[in-house]
Amino acid sequence: MLSIKNLHASIEGQEILKGINLEVKPGEVHAIMGPNGSGKSTLASVLAGRDIFEVTDGEVTFQGENLLEKEPDERAKDGLFLSFQYPVEIPGVSMVNFMRAAVNEVRKHRGEPELKSSDFLKVLRDKKALVEIDSRLTNRSVNEGFSGGEKKKNEIFQMAMLEPKLSILDETDSGLDIDALRIVANGVNKLKTPENSTIVITHYQRLLDYIVPDVVHILYNGKIVKSGGKELALDLEKHGYDWIKKEMEA
Amino acid sequence: MTDLNSKYNQLIAENLEKVESHSSDIMNNGRHEAKDIFSKKGIPSIKNEDYKYTNLLPLYNQEWSLPDFNAPMPFTNIDDIFRCDVPNLDTNIVLTVNGQYYEFQGDKETLPEGMIIGGLAEMSKKHPELVEKHLFKQASQETDSLIALNKALAVDGLFMYVPKGAAFEKPIQIVNLLLGDKPLLTHKRHLIVAEERSHAQIVICDHTLSAERFFDNSVTEIVVNEGALLEYYNIQNQHNGSSQITSVFANVHKDATFHTSTISLHGGLIRNNLRIALIGEGAHADASGLSLTDREQHVDNQTFIEHRVPNCTSNQFFKSVLDEKSTTAFTGRILVQPDAQHTNAYQSNKSLLLTDEASSNSRPQLEIYADDVKCSHGATTGQMDDEALFYMQQRGINSREAKLLLMYAFAFEVIEKVKVEPLAIRIEDLVNKRLRGELSRCNNCEIQCH
Repeated sequence: MLSIKNLHASIEGQEILKGINLEVKPGEVHAIMGPNGSGKSTLASVLAGRDIFEVTDGEVTFQGENLLEKEPDERAKDGLFLSFQYPVEIPGVSMVNFMRAAVNEVRKHRGEPELKSSDFLKVLRDKKALVEIDSRLTNRSVNEGFSGGEKKKNEIFQMAMLEPKLSILDETDSGLDIDALRIVANGVNKLKTPENSTIVITHYQRLLDYIVPDVVHILYNGKIVKSGGKELALDLEKHGYDWIKKEMEA
Repeated sequence: MTDLNSKYNQLIAENLEKVESHSSDIMNNGRHEAKDIFSKKGIPSIKNEDYKYTNLLPLYNQEWSLPDFNAPMPFTNIDDIFRCDVPNLDTNIVLTVNGQYYEFQGDKETLPEGMIIGGLAEMSKKHPELVEKHLFKQASQETDSLIALNKALAVDGLFMYVPKGAAFEKPIQIVNLLLGDKPLLTHKRHLIVAEERSHAQIVICDHTLSAERFFDNSVTEIVVNEGALLEYYNIQNQHNGSSQITSVFANVHKDATFHTSTISLHGGLIRNNLRIALIGEGAHADASGLSLTDREQHVDNQTFIEHRVPNCTSNQFFKSVLDEKSTTAFTGRILVQPDAQHTNAYQSNKSLLLTDEASSNSRPQLEIYADDVKCSHGATTGQMDDEALFYMQQRGINSREAKLLLMYAFAFEVIEKVKVEPLAIRIEDLVNKRLRGELSRCNNCEIQCH
């Protein structure tokens, strides 16, 4: 699904990612944990194609194709989805129009016909139920005036609409109360198939009680320094990030 | 006196008699005085604070002729012309050609009883008492010499009188056409009187029908009497080789509302002066504007809202999207007189710059002489939000479409203020096409847009 080899990336001349290696196979759930500033969100942004980051070395293939040479919208159409840590408010663009445009772009790319209006609205209704999103939110401008929890639910709602192959959830749990966290995690789990993969980026182990990972990676100072099963997250929770820092410095 | 000013003094002197003979006594009244005022003040340069952002001298320096006031209608099939404006808008259409009333094309049966609509010159002969009561009462030639120039040279225009309590089945659409085979300098004068508790919707469409250069200076005086609601929309879609200065003066009486929106799509240089006086308690003004500019277009909106009495409200909302080397300016003056307690006045001006070469100036001017008022203004000039663009691209929308969606969203806040639904839909379509760089003009226009 996704293969990252020796990925280096920097912003304004400062290197953030210092040689990342990662293999994600179809159906797998990977968790990437790490202290603040370790490069977790940068990795997500680089994979999605945010152009403020410069890739200085390494390669990334997504479903066998070179990911890094593609535009962000091409990556999305190929099935890469990023749930943003800070979803952007877009005043004046309604959720419905935004989703209609996005879904039809993705369908066009897959060689499928555009959805008829009535079919689109039906899909919209079904997916809204999945993430228990307030019906009225889709009539409003994208994320405008949404609460923190609504914004995160809205990300998962969009994920449900677009049916990606690989979803990267960047700190989806931050700012969520326990009920919203459960709803968001349930949404992700319901969307899980044996073919699609998920990368969960998180600071805390909490989310991983709900979205159970196959592999846990610890990112520290721009590198993956430890990988293991889901128990690694529990160790981390018990010992804190200082444990990793000490181990690295030793 | 500069050469330029003497050139125009001479133009007035040479044509005054001809202008008078094609106009009416009421319109001719004060022409000589206007000529003298213009002669004294001359054409405003950019040293004049009111024209700081719009340099008219290169335009006035070009060679111009006045239109032939006797010219017969130079096209045969009139239906080809107005269809291009707002095709699905069911309106009663009034045409002016080169500043003169041409004809009413609509169903007179659908007009309210007592409604008067026609050429200002002719109507001021038929209804002298109505015209005389309001004409030249608001547009001050003392403050702007171009108003004096208009008064000296305008032969005709429209007179529209909406009787007490009248309501319309259809909006009135005023189509101002410019055409000729040489560069024309045109002047027209409109007068609109909405009597007590009436409700009228007026749509103004400014068009050029030949590729020649045009320079139009039009002055519109509007009276909105007690309890009346007047909606006044202007779509500016002349070709980029032509220029226009429009000045609208509206007096709004007790509990009356004046609602206006100006959409500037094409036109080389556009200067819009909007002067609204709230003169009766409970009066309300809503003024908005949207300009979409590219190439070397220039659009300058200047508003002046005067709160003269207590308990009035005004909202201003002006936006521009600028591409290539185009420029826009906004000057918004709000004057709250000492008596005008409990005034609520709001003003907003936002510009979206698509290139580094485009530029926009914003100048709010608040003068408040009453102490119990709520006045606020805001101005922003910015570029496209990169984070929003990336967010949209991450959902599969390509960069071009994402930009269009953002521009469209930016423009939509003004479009939604248009309350005539078919017109709003048509404007939406025009704006969409305009933003996509497609021809936003009619299919029937024979001339190519520059």
